[in-house]
Amino acid sequence: MLAESLALSAALFTIGVIGVLTRRNAIIVFMCVELMLNAVNLSFVALSRVYGATGQVFVIFVMTVAAAEAAVGLAIIISIFRHKKSVNLEDINLLRG
Amino acid sequence: MANEFFPLFYTFHFYLFGLVALVGAIVFITRKSPVAAALWLVVVMAALAALYVLLGAEFVGMMQILVYAGAIMVVFLFVVMLLNLGHPSELNDIRGKWGRLAAGLIGLALVAELMALSRSAVTLSVTLPARPPADVIASPGGVIGSIADPLFNEYLLAFELTSILLLVAIIGAVVLAKKRSA
Repeated sequence: MLAESLALSAALFTIGVIGVLTRRNAIIVFMCVELMLNAVNLSFVALSRVYGATGQVFVIFVMTVAAAEAAVGLAIIISIFRHKKSVNLEDINLLRG
Repeated sequence: MANEFFPLFYTFHFYLFGLVALVGAIVFITRKSPVAAALWLVVVMAALAALYVLLGAEFVGMMQILVYAGAIMVVFLFVVMLLNLGHPSELNDIRGKWGRLAAGLIGLALVAELMALSRSAVTLSVTLPARPPADVIASPGGVIGSIADPLFNEYLLAFELTSILLLVAIIGAVVLAKKRSA
């Protein structure tokens, strides 16, 4: 099952990357990043079964960082929405030359 | 563990939840409405929690349900509701044909790379053992104790830093999302 777990993890990570590249809605892009974090967690859990429980400790850390990232990122999205009245990434182009 | 006694049952459910996660993820990135996308992501996370339990990480599976599917996704849905997203003009946010083609090619390259990497880094002789690793069996606290022991001894500094990170995130979120009165 280890090879299957790692393959599923790779596939989920790739689906997350494709989502980030194809969507323009900032909130959906953000959810795709969460999917990528989940894919990495699956690798950690699968390998922790072979190499010891330390992998699961790192999953706890990843979850904490994901929670912190969600809080700050969504606050930034709310802040941008107040300025632009939109969460479309094409409208957020202040730095475009 | 279950896979010692019911190997067919174990394998069937492993593939079932793996398939649910994969299909859910594909449906998730193709939904137009942010609410539908968020709910499909909850499906993926629940399937992943089931996979964690099957892989012998029961505590992480419960945390996945509580923290990810419970807390983080509720925050996402709350923001979608707060900003009143989901107007027809906002819904069609998927990039055009060329953008999708480029993303598909990059995705294919990435998945090939990741598969090759996992095959070479983890040799094929390493397979999932039927029993949990020795430190899990030896731990007096069982599954949770085997996580708590390295977390509060070996990685205590990282654990404490995580609490500071959360504090910074709380303050940052409040400051960023607060309405400027000026």
